[in-house]
Amino acid sequence: MATKGKVVGIIANLVIVEADGPVSQNEICFIKMDGVDLMAEVIKIIGVKAYTQVFESTRGLKVGTDVEFMSHMLEVTLGPGILSRNYDGLQNDLDKMEGVFLKRGDYTAPLNDDAEWEFTQIAKVGNKVEAGSWLGEVLEGWMPHKIMVPFKFKGNYTVKSVVANGTYKTKDVVAVVTDESGKDHEVTMMQKWPVKVPIKAYNNKPRPFKIMETGVRTIDTLNPLAEGGTGFVPGPFGAGKTVLQHAVSQQADADMIIITACGERANEVVEIFTEFPELEDPRTGRKLMERTTVICNTSNMPVAAREASVYTGMTIAEYYRSMGLKVLLLADSTSRWAQALREMSNRMEELPGPDAFPMDLPAIISNFYARAGFVYLNQMKADGKEAESGSITFLGTVSPAGGNLKEPVTESTKKAARCFYALNQDRADSKRYPAIDPIDSYSKYLEYPEIQEYLKKTISEDWVENVTMVKDYLLRGKEASEQINILGDDGVPIDYHLRFWKAEVIDFVILQQDAYDSIDKSSTLERQKFMLDLVLSVYNTEFKFDSFEEVNPYFKALINTFKQMNYSEYQSDKFKNYLKEIDTKINERKAV
Amino acid sequence: METTAFQKIYTKITQITKATCSLKATGIGYEEIATVNGRLAQVVKIQGDDVTLQIFSGTEGIPTNAEVIFMGKAPSLKVGEELAGRFFNAYGEPIDGGPSVEGKEVEIGGPSVNPVRRKQPSDIIPTGIAGIDLNNTLVTGQKIPFFADPDQPFNQVMAEVALRAKADKIILGGMGLSNDDYLFFKNVFDNAGALDRIISFINTTEDPPVERLLIPDMALTAAEYFAHEKNEKVLVLLTDMTLYADALSIVSNRMDQIPSKDSMPGSLYSDLAKIYEKAVQFPDGGSITIIAVTTLSGGDITHAIPDNTGYITEGQLFLRRDTEIGKVIIDPFRSLSRLKQLVIGKQTREDHPQVMNAAIRIFADAANAKTKLENGFDLNDYDERTLKFAKGYSHDLLAIDVNVDIDSMLDTGWRLFGEHFEKAELGIKDELVQKYWPKK
Ligand SMILES: Nc1ncnc2c1ncn2[C@@H]1O[C@H](COP(=O)(O)OP(=O)(O)OP(=O)(O)O)[C@@H](O)[C@H]1O
Ligand SMILES: [Mg+2]
Repeated sequence: MATKGKVVGIIANLVIVEADGPVSQNEICFIKMDGVDLMAEVIKIIGVKAYTQVFESTRGLKVGTDVEFMSHMLEVTLGPGILSRNYDGLQNDLDKMEGVFLKRGDYTAPLNDDAEWEFTQIAKVGNKVEAGSWLGEVLEGWMPHKIMVPFKFKGNYTVKSVVANGTYKTKDVVAVVTDESGKDHEVTMMQKWPVKVPIKAYNNKPRPFKIMETGVRTIDTLNPLAEGGTGFVPGPFGAGKTVLQHAVSQQADADMIIITACGERANEVVEIFTEFPELEDPRTGRKLMERTTVICNTSNMPVAAREASVYTGMTIAEYYRSMGLKVLLLADSTSRWAQALREMSNRMEELPGPDAFPMDLPAIISNFYARAGFVYLNQMKADGKEAESGSITFLGTVSPAGGNLKEPVTESTKKAARCFYALNQDRADSKRYPAIDPIDSYSKYLEYPEIQEYLKKTISEDWVENVTMVKDYLLRGKEASEQINILGDDGVPIDYHLRFWKAEVIDFVILQQDAYDSIDKSSTLERQKFMLDLVLSVYNTEFKFDSFEEVNPYFKALINTFKQMNYSEYQSDKFKNYLKEIDTKINERKAV
Repeated sequence: METTAFQKIYTKITQITKATCSLKATGIGYEEIATVNGRLAQVVKIQGDDVTLQIFSGTEGIPTNAEVIFMGKAPSLKVGEELAGRFFNAYGEPIDGGPSVEGKEVEIGGPSVNPVRRKQPSDIIPTGIAGIDLNNTLVTGQKIPFFADPDQPFNQVMAEVALRAKADKIILGGMGLSNDDYLFFKNVFDNAGALDRIISFINTTEDPPVERLLIPDMALTAAEYFAHEKNEKVLVLLTDMTLYADALSIVSNRMDQIPSKDSMPGSLYSDLAKIYEKAVQFPDGGSITIIAVTTLSGGDITHAIPDNTGYITEGQLFLRRDTEIGKVIIDPFRSLSRLKQLVIGKQTREDHPQVMNAAIRIFADAANAKTKLENGFDLNDYDERTLKFAKGYSHDLLAIDVNVDIDSMLDTGWRLFGEHFEKAELGIKDELVQKYWPKK
């Protein structure tokens, strides 16, 4: 019999329930308020008292209200039909809700039971299978969506039957598998999984060894994000975290993008709802919405569901990764999730850690980041020799209080993520977008020998060297500018001015990128290589100037031409003309 | 508030703190309102039959035998066309001597709009002020605060913006407003003949600070009525949100909550977001635009109040006195309108984005040149020109007393470019330069 209980205490969304039976940590329960059921999660148990966080407003709730425990944790529903949907943090389908305003207790089904899917067999009768093995596939939009042995199935199974190719509904049985004791289990296209538990139905997780192209130069060229890698973007408000994430979500070379809007502005998700159905994926020509799922729990939506939203996003990502897909998961902003934890922890009067965040914040963050990664699945390719693979690349934003990076969320995340893209207030103020600080930021992947190999093979032999060189040049440029500021324009050799201005060329041409220009907003790796080579050739040119006063106007003009080039279609006539112009300009001043 | 038959009445208070009182009571709903010896209070905690009430006007003089009457509902406001032109206190009671409003009773602080039912904001709000229209264009459905030191004329600028904004209704939420400022708003709106479009919820410095906590929700409940049910364009002015946040911290400190940064409650972000996220563009044409004021102390935007605000709002307008021209300007560096890209170059002239950026870049160069000068270095020719440009830019465009249309602002921008720079120094797309560069 399911455990029942009664409300005995209410402090905002912390509701204390006296239970009449066993209750487990993180178990879901429903508070039966007159006419509406409020969903809640157990977060602490003392004796018969279960402390629950309610995913809704508790306005009007009374002591004595009945509660029903569900004997399962917070789960998401997995199956075809997730792609292109807009969910809230608990995976309710927002489009299915009626009315303009969100209604409390309005829980909508994440999948359509009536949807029909064209099923094609993959597994054959007699095949040995386990959790995550592919039994068949359906076409979800354009995407071959694998129907797998449910992740909750433990141990080994033998396929007893698979339905014939044809049209089936989401909850139709499509296969029967037999476990080791000879018991049969039916498999439908739908399964559930608790969000806080990582899906481990894969063979192994190697170190990332290739990069994920994002189209953003300052990332791809300078500090690449690995496929299956992790990165984060801390920055003060208005520095460009969201614009950067949106840019990446539009251009990244991924099969599927999951955008988790976690405690941020509603208008920012509205932008996605409005634009993604129109904008095209530059690689496939399909509409962006066709590869995107949005999980949105904006800042005015209930706080506890905000915490759930990042886990919902991650679990859906793991599901699609198990199908052998390249998934990119974005979360904006992970600080809001940490704050949700803080609000609850304070309400429970737990001993606070730094800045009143819970003590175990670093562990929570690193456990979450650890769920990303490139994996080899248990599923073998059709040839039976190689394993199928999939990946989750995770990029989160962090909103440090007061813009100060020495705060618990940033520091904890820094330990967990391998790429650090620090947004710099001064760069943002002077509209040098994206405001990623080229000197403080890093990608640990650049040090991985397997990534270096990959870059050498796919871009060019000297790529890694060039990138390292560019970073040095930027640093030298910064030092030169500091010297000029201390000693004055005429207090330093002309060489300092040159060093400064050459670094400015790198800044303006490679680092800066206009997210709102239809051409400049995305740059292919081929184009990035071309531009980097070109900029380096400027850098390595010996120029001849008689006075420092000639340096500034010359480089301003040069940068201007470069920018025109960035605004032009790659290798178009216009592009080539600007290239010639640059050539001429360089020759004008070349020392002989 | 009148007592009715089914209300529960208690007379035995068990505990009194600075902000709250507790008593034994049953059948009480969370967030329900009550009166304690006539003072409005709200349920903030229930544990068994112990109910804790927060008394908005404070607990001074409350006896243990005070009469506690529970109302069986959350704080609410009666909404209807009759709200227009009226002045209310934090409880939604008239303070203008007029009759109380009859209408549908709506609980304040109601649910959020389903994000998929929102429309993307897309209507520009021209104000004539170039520091806003040119660099930080406002859009209906946006939420944006003025960041200003207490001595800046933010209320004046806000009133000006409100009157030029062509809103169907302007709703003023005044928190800790000085009586002078209250009268100022009243006069300005009256003189503009706009009083019939204005609804005000006012908490002045003379009222208990905790009462302020009700003001934004009152104002926004009224706003939702006009924007959602009447499809009107509603502009909500909230001043001063710093005083609102101060009231939050008073309450949380008195309730012994663990403070986070700057002794603000850990929930400050969520508390502020609930208010600001009420800004919305509805599909049927109605909209709620929020313009707020967040006063700073010593220009410090890293303080928890402006910091959390900046993370929530869609930009901020930063007022600063420019000593070069002796006027208050809208600082182009720290100011930002995040929704501007939805309209600039689309509803405004094509050269708008690039003119805006080029001018700000040069203004930044001018700031560097100034530092150089202050450090005792010679300026080069480019530096000199940026300084000249900056002065013109500040005076002709950034100053808050500018009032022209957007095309003229852009023309002024090109004129200033032409006066001080060569084409190649701007980094603007060639096509635009060819089209708009001022003819000699
Ligand atoms: N790459 C870019 N190109 C042009 N403009 C940009 C770029 N990045 C940011 N901006 C400008 O900066 C504004 C703020 O950016 P964004 O909303 O991404 O900030 P944020 O860091 O996410 O702030 P918050 O923490 O408050 O959410 C944008 O509205 C835009 O005007
Ligand atoms: Mg953002």
